[in-house]
Amino acid sequence: MEKTALLEMKGITKKFGTVLANDHIDLQLYPGEIHALLGENGSGKSTLMNILLGIYKPNSGEMLYKGEKGQIKTPKHAAALGIGMVHQHFALIPTLTVAENIFLSLDHCSFILDQQKMENKIREYSEQFSLEVDPGAKVWQLSVGEQQRVEIMKLLCRNCEILVLDEPTAVLTPQEAGEMFKTLRKMAEHGKSIIFISHKMNEVMEHADRITVLKNGRVTDRMLASDADIDRMAKAVVGERDIEKITIRSKGKTGELLIDAKDLRVLNDKGLVALHDISFQLKAGEIFAIAGVAGSGQRELAEALAGLRKITSGRILMKGNEITKTNIRGRVSKGISFIPEDRLKMGLIPGMNMKENTVLKEFRGKAYSRGGILLSKAIRALTEKHVSDHDIKHGGLDLPVSLMSGGNQQKLLIAREINGNPELIIAAYPVRGLDIGATAAIHRTLLEQRNRGACVLLISEELDEIFELSDRVAVLCGGKLMGIRNTSETDYEEIGRLMSGESA
Amino acid sequence: MKIGAIRFEKKQTVSLSRKVLNPVIFILLGFVLSSVFIMANGFQPIPVFGKMITYSLLNTRGLIGSINAALPLMFCGLSVAIAFKMNLNNIGAEGQFAMGAIFGGAFALYGPALPAPLSGIVMFFLCAIGGGLWALIAAALKAYWNVNETIVTLMLNYIALLFLDYLCYGPWMAPKQTTAMTVTIPQDMYLPLIGGTSSGIFLAIIIAVLLYLFLKYTTGGYQISVIKNSLRTAEYAGIPVKKYILIVLALSGALAGVAGFVQVTGIVHRVQAQLPGGSGYTGIVIAYLSQCNPLVILLVSVLLGALQNSSAVVQIMGVPSQIVTMIQGTLMISVIAGEFFNRYRIVYYKADPESKRAEQKNNHSEQKGGAVQ
Repeated sequence: MEKTALLEMKGITKKFGTVLANDHIDLQLYPGEIHALLGENGSGKSTLMNILLGIYKPNSGEMLYKGEKGQIKTPKHAAALGIGMVHQHFALIPTLTVAENIFLSLDHCSFILDQQKMENKIREYSEQFSLEVDPGAKVWQLSVGEQQRVEIMKLLCRNCEILVLDEPTAVLTPQEAGEMFKTLRKMAEHGKSIIFISHKMNEVMEHADRITVLKNGRVTDRMLASDADIDRMAKAVVGERDIEKITIRSKGKTGELLIDAKDLRVLNDKGLVALHDISFQLKAGEIFAIAGVAGSGQRELAEALAGLRKITSGRILMKGNEITKTNIRGRVSKGISFIPEDRLKMGLIPGMNMKENTVLKEFRGKAYSRGGILLSKAIRALTEKHVSDHDIKHGGLDLPVSLMSGGNQQKLLIAREINGNPELIIAAYPVRGLDIGATAAIHRTLLEQRNRGACVLLISEELDEIFELSDRVAVLCGGKLMGIRNTSETDYEEIGRLMSGESA
Repeated sequence: MKIGAIRFEKKQTVSLSRKVLNPVIFILLGFVLSSVFIMANGFQPIPVFGKMITYSLLNTRGLIGSINAALPLMFCGLSVAIAFKMNLNNIGAEGQFAMGAIFGGAFALYGPALPAPLSGIVMFFLCAIGGGLWALIAAALKAYWNVNETIVTLMLNYIALLFLDYLCYGPWMAPKQTTAMTVTIPQDMYLPLIGGTSSGIFLAIIIAVLLYLFLKYTTGGYQISVIKNSLRTAEYAGIPVKKYILIVLALSGALAGVAGFVQVTGIVHRVQAQLPGGSGYTGIVIAYLSQCNPLVILLVSVLLGALQNSSAVVQIMGVPSQIVTMIQGTLMISVIAGEFFNRYRIVYYKADPESKRAEQKNNHSEQKGGAVQ
């Protein structure tokens, strides 16, 4: 290459205790390129970027920035050098306007805020990079996609030359993602360098110039996007492990109406309407997916069905019986089980051991307690059964589940939730943050449950997962039900359109 | 960094021996720290501690006194501990103690005369109910309106203590008395002494063992533990959290109320102003030192009872009796600080040879090339 690298990271090594998060990683970044960091969760992508941002200090390795050696000491130092990052969770203050938020991010901000100048600057960048942002809008009024644009704008106003984006498309509809990549491309054309972290091979191949693949803290492959193909990337991401193809797609016995939800209106935690009078029917023996960008009412829907959230109006019938006002325990006993989205906040008790987590829903049953005394032998036997049925790896049944890996925690949670053959399984983002092995195992379990005759309500933001698993898909946007489709009769584009609120 | 670094790492698990040993070490350290203050007052710490120990623990009479002094502390400790088992901060054992004594005292002094064992039993339950109801005020506010129970229980202390003052200075004050106390309760309601020790100790042991078993082996104890560890998961599992807040805080208050029972029937045999005398607050110290283990609470209570008991003897030596409160405080701080080492370990990083070389290279280049600016 004739171009000289803007940034070179050489032999970056970072240890956390005994875990080697980054193992002699080399990375070059050229001016005006879009560079993708591809890898599974826990492969070391974020650690590497946090080192670049000065948040972590590497144990060894060196960095060259514009040909000069040295370490980036603090995030402030990184900002001064023109390196900035858009994190997955935005750092915006909802009650302030876009311009005010950008003022906040500036290092040197005059005592008197020159609103006019800032707004002009924002408009200028907006035009230059087709990055639509209204400087006067309050942040809370903005959609997630718009908020992301504000975050990018922040970096531009700070004159960043290297922009790092952490999983930027996770919160976007396919269309919004397309827009965002257009903006990134324009920025690259203006000489900015962009690193984006992703685990989606398609988007990496489509939008990046060069790709670096990480696995277990090491670089396993690097390639030009033009040389990339799925097989090569998959091999680098997963290693020699076989990627298990799911083969039990064969239909179970569908048909019987299980849940009839009519005009459901549910409020979110702030007391605003999260679900606007939505109606749908779930049948036994199907996987019914809910698609939508994050925060479209999925959580509220799941909680309303599970009995954790009050239904303001409308009703739910289960096999013809009204369960609108039935409490959680009542619904559990009617055969509704729930795999919540954030297993460590809700679902599991991180500080308690496997046995205590296993018996959470059944401890009142005669098999596990008598006269208020827990039957520890029976509980241990049940836990051991889950461990062997679902191939859960653990350090001991008496250790807190917080010590287990995410995949094994989720397997334990799912084992508990499908125990006793429930009729409705609400699974919210069941494989989020899990590696490919655990993901395949959990997908297999969900399909087995469907084939057994249960209904699985699958909430997901990954269209790949939805198209791979589900029989029907409903799309939520801003708490409204945009439509229900048979998965076999629709495509990514239609679902994407519905996700962005265009009615078909 | 050239030579590695010291840093704190969160521990994944804590071994049982460490759990036991750690507080013991830090209790000893607390005594060492206290001796600095004793020396600052111009006394030799070893003789002072020696005298305290021989007086309050190593002779029968002293030990009996220490156990009797520990009795209300045991119940207050259990009271605070059971609430804390569900992450509820009951700072109000002091007030619940007072209300227990008021309820029980009203019956003992003005209630119908009942035959001997029955009257004691009625009084026991009335004390428990008095403390329990008092705590239930805070519990209801917490359960239904999410009002902070720490503040409410604390505020209720002032009300209860002033009400006790009012009764003992006013309507209940014994005739021809100058101190704020009632007449003695009927003699047949006295808790019997066994070789000088109040038989309340058996009550304390029984209740502590029952609590221990309840927390460890029952569905109730399990649910309390789930609520403590993850409120949202408890709600998700359909555990009636509100009900448990009411039950556990009421139980906590009832235990503090029973402290009033043992104090009135076992020790002072009357109701008097300032009856709790800070036991409710010492209960917090005890619960913390014992890590809320009911059985350990019994032992730690005796230790703190002995401390209080020995204040008289150090006074004879000329050491101010406040030194006891000071030691108590130092112990608390020391053990809380020691908790940190239960959860974290100190790690000394020696850079491994390979990365050391890299680092040396780094440093070298830094000296030559200077940092990026």
